[in-house]
Amino acid sequence: MPHKDLLDIASLDRSEIDHLLDQSVPFKELFTRSVKKVPALKGKSVLMLFYEASTRTHSSFEVAAKRLSADVINFDVARSSITKGESVRETVETLQAMRTDFIIVRHSRSGLPGQIAKLTRASVINAGDGAHAHPTQALLDAFTIKEIFPDPAGKKVLIVGDILHSRVARSTSLILQKLGVEVAHLGPGSLVPRLCQDIRRFTDYTAAMAWAPDFVYLLRVQMERQDVQYFPSLREYHRLYGVTEARLAEIRDRGLYIMHPGPVNRGVELCDAVMDYERTLINDQVENGIAVRMAVLYWLKPGATHED
Amino acid sequence: MHQRTLTAEDIAAGVERLVLAIRKKSQGKALALIGIRSRGDEVAQRLLNMLSEEDRDLSFGVLDISLYRDDFAHLHENPALQESDIPFTVEGAHIILVDDVLFTGRTIRAALDALSDYGRPAKVELAVLIDRGHREMPIQPDYVGITLDTHRLDHVWVSLEGTDGLDQVQIVEKEMP
Repeated sequence: MPHKDLLDIASLDRSEIDHLLDQSVPFKELFTRSVKKVPALKGKSVLMLFYEASTRTHSSFEVAAKRLSADVINFDVARSSITKGESVRETVETLQAMRTDFIIVRHSRSGLPGQIAKLTRASVINAGDGAHAHPTQALLDAFTIKEIFPDPAGKKVLIVGDILHSRVARSTSLILQKLGVEVAHLGPGSLVPRLCQDIRRFTDYTAAMAWAPDFVYLLRVQMERQDVQYFPSLREYHRLYGVTEARLAEIRDRGLYIMHPGPVNRGVELCDAVMDYERTLINDQVENGIAVRMAVLYWLKPGATHED
Repeated sequence: MHQRTLTAEDIAAGVERLVLAIRKKSQGKALALIGIRSRGDEVAQRLLNMLSEEDRDLSFGVLDISLYRDDFAHLHENPALQESDIPFTVEGAHIILVDDVLFTGRTIRAALDALSDYGRPAKVELAVLIDRGHREMPIQPDYVGITLDTHRLDHVWVSLEGTDGLDQVQIVEKEMP
């Protein structure tokens, strides 16, 4: 049964996750053709409603929608009436009148895409809401890992950084667990919550590496959210949790893969040399993001009954 | 409910007929067979096996047309997509599209659209194991294995060894009031 919306990973069961990841393969295959566009969503419209800055996710969704021949409408929030105090409900009613088929939402408030989904017949895709969820990031991460290990059960992924405020950590940990992957979190004590018993928790880099992960997944340090200081300085963060040149040498020796949701802060989460390391999957993640988002757009059915 | 069945022998004879006709028309020339998923690929594979007995340059590909269908709006669920695999240059090739059943012609319309996104072939022909009539598009086959006289509402179920475990065609006639 196709869903109307994609709001989080928790609402997908194992067979639906497998279906979406399998379907992403033929979509990625299209990228090798000279004509990368297919007519599947011809005549459909996709509205991009981004209340929070994003270059990567925004353009990834836009490319995905355009390769499916959908029309893309960018709702420029900065210039819209939202800044004049229009409520989300009023905005959605306006959008409803535009009869778009898909709405891609990013907002700093957790749960907002879900609220919008209830107000509209359009399919709503959560492109990141607060510290809650980022389901398409999770799907593309799982897809990237499956490209390396087709059956990833039993593999180990170490997620490093500010786990507490990260929707990426939340969604990606959840999807990996559903696929039988072992997940551990590493970061400053105050930023690594006890999310669930199945996730190992580390505050020391050396101890985390002794756990023998297969993938080191670096979260982005949110430079723009420097209002509260969770660690002494960026240099200190790099020294404690960043992939330094010395740590990269160890990672290379062990043959580990490096992932990052982007955009990277060089000299903070990782040193320059990581970008040239042959097992850095950051660019694969970008390409896979388009394929996975195409699979999601193709799978969702606008107008289907909202599953509550 | 009335039902007719074609056997494995009937199917083999149909495939044989396709091979003879293709041989006769394009003796020794380079050909590219593209089977349409699903089951068209299996028919194409059988043609390839039989045609490869002669000295001829043959290519083989598989096409999934799900993304090119014209009936998304009518479907409750979008069809599951499979990989297309066309490992040769479509540009300038002599292509024979192969499918199991030709009915409305809409699948072939979609296949032609899909194919054009890979390049501009020199020539495209159509080979079908079964032509059951009732076209809704101006599309006609160049090679036909078996011609079936059916009612528009009849169901034609094709089973093939590789996909379904046995070779058989069942024609289930619509119920008359």
